[in-house]
Amino acid sequence: MDLLTHAFTFLYQIGDAFSFLVLSACGLAVVFGMMGVINLAHGELIMCGAYVTAATTRAGLPLPLGILAGALAAGAVGMVMERLVIRHLYGRPLDTIVATWGISLAATQGTLILLGSSMPGIGTPLGSFTVGGYSYSTYRVVLMVAAVAVLAGLYLAFNATRFGTLARATIQVPHMAEALGVDTRTVYALTFGLGAALAGLAGGLYAPTMTIVPTMGTTFIMEAFVTVVVGGADIFLGTAPAALVLGTVRALLTTWQGQLFGQIGLLVAVILVIRVLPRGISGLILRERA
Amino acid sequence: MTLLRRLEGPQTLGRGPAFWTAFAFAVAAAVAYPWFADGYTVGNTAYFFCWVFMALGLCLIWGYGGALSFGQTAFFGLSGYAYGVLTLNVGAAYGFTLAAVVLAVALSAVMAALLGYFLFFGRIGGVFLGIITLSVTLALERFMAQTAGPEWKIGAARLNGYNGMSGMPPLTVPWFDGDVVLFPDVALYYGLLALLIVVYLALRILVNARFGNVLVAIRENPERAEMLGYDVRRYQLAAFVIGSALAGLSGTLYTAWGQYITPSSMGLTAAALPVIWVAVGGRGDLTATLVGTLLVLGGFQALTIYGSQYALVVMGLLLVVVVLAAPDGLVVAAMRGLGRLRRREAGR
Repeated sequence: MDLLTHAFTFLYQIGDAFSFLVLSACGLAVVFGMMGVINLAHGELIMCGAYVTAATTRAGLPLPLGILAGALAAGAVGMVMERLVIRHLYGRPLDTIVATWGISLAATQGTLILLGSSMPGIGTPLGSFTVGGYSYSTYRVVLMVAAVAVLAGLYLAFNATRFGTLARATIQVPHMAEALGVDTRTVYALTFGLGAALAGLAGGLYAPTMTIVPTMGTTFIMEAFVTVVVGGADIFLGTAPAALVLGTVRALLTTWQGQLFGQIGLLVAVILVIRVLPRGISGLILRERA
Repeated sequence: MTLLRRLEGPQTLGRGPAFWTAFAFAVAAAVAYPWFADGYTVGNTAYFFCWVFMALGLCLIWGYGGALSFGQTAFFGLSGYAYGVLTLNVGAAYGFTLAAVVLAVALSAVMAALLGYFLFFGRIGGVFLGIITLSVTLALERFMAQTAGPEWKIGAARLNGYNGMSGMPPLTVPWFDGDVVLFPDVALYYGLLALLIVVYLALRILVNARFGNVLVAIRENPERAEMLGYDVRRYQLAAFVIGSALAGLSGTLYTAWGQYITPSSMGLTAAALPVIWVAVGGRGDLTATLVGTLLVLGGFQALTIYGSQYALVVMGLLLVVVVLAAPDGLVVAAMRGLGRLRRREAGR
């Protein structure tokens, strides 16, 4: 019985780390995989989603609708960002990084000036359940389900809709897609908006579990970055397995040495992995299949 | 003599008698400056000089080597803490502070070589290099921030978590009739000015020598450089180590200047600053980086007087505008404009 409890605790921790990595990284991964753009303001889009969710929920909206509002707001902000800045920097990936970093700095500090150093949070809903004498948060299980649902939703969006077909055509051979009548600029804009909305969704989902502060984006970005780096360019063959592997590493180290060593161990694991697999896990899988 | 001839060349913008006359005037003005300003202002200018080494290092890695590193502040903090730990344990007698500077910078160089080995020999390039170096920086900050407990000490030096370390001795030069202590004042100003000029000229020689030419060839087209028989990884690693060591030099000088160092000097905001200086000045040229860094630092401090919260917003937006409107940097654009103007005058 005791062994079972331990096993459950460990699985719960892996699931928790997995859902955190998938949710915080999927928006970044969509944008990187499709456009080769790394958005350093990703954390601020997450922060935007969390703020909108917290504000609308406190104003009386039910939490699921609040999370949806957060995702939509972040998506809208992302579309504006794409129109004003990112669009002019396609083909200059390093400049995109630098510019989005500028946006990130201005956004964090701007939020601090406009809305103050913190915002009253919303409590974690749904209470807890008990297994073998230990209690676990039910909401964390909802987050795990949400992570799997987001992956499934993205799979359907890219493989079963017209947008997905056009988007995949645009990544593979952009000028050919354009010659065949695809408006690639709109596809890029929509893709970036989708990535931003996913960031907002992550922020909204985690808003009830965190303190809402302007710098909260930094809690997500390191994990999001390393997941994308380890995963490589493909979301399903990269981000998801990477999140599983890294989630396990982090859960192991966190149980053994605590939260901080979980993070540092994650980073060391990533640096070792990229020495062996420069193109990430998806590169490995795709090469083997080819 | 060959070394001196390398002071100007294809990889640096300023050349010819006009540039060196301007350079001589700038140096003369910098030397004369303390006669016209009070000790506090001079110490404050010395504070600006502390940062320039880090910017020049990033200019070498990013502008000349084409590898965007966000890790400058990681090495800045690492060396700063190393200087603190060494001097708090050994003290400042017999000129040990100078040895501590050398040791602290060497530590950064070794760590940069280790990290760089994994990055460059794993052929991590482009955006991934930036992400990994940024992650390392953030992890280091988080690690230092949690060292508040009494168990976190190295010898006599307590790491002190988020409050940081303080009380380390300033730079001390042994002299015949007793030690000269370089407090943030005129003496330190002249010391840093001399060091800055030496580093600047040495970097000019480096980038105009064979090393710099190969580095720029790699930046322009890595495959071509590789086909021509150059080991791309070694050159990029060497540039990364030199640049990171310069960041470490900034860190030790800063720690010695203010006699304190905190984890926030490695945080996300701090890590953005060198990128802003170098991008705004012009990453492709050492002189532009030097001038741009001093200008942006001065502007930043002026803004801070009017409201420190807005300074970061302005800096962030400045970075976006520069990348969009003048990707080569403002100082480079100005220098090119001056050059064109002069040629047009000469043509008439």
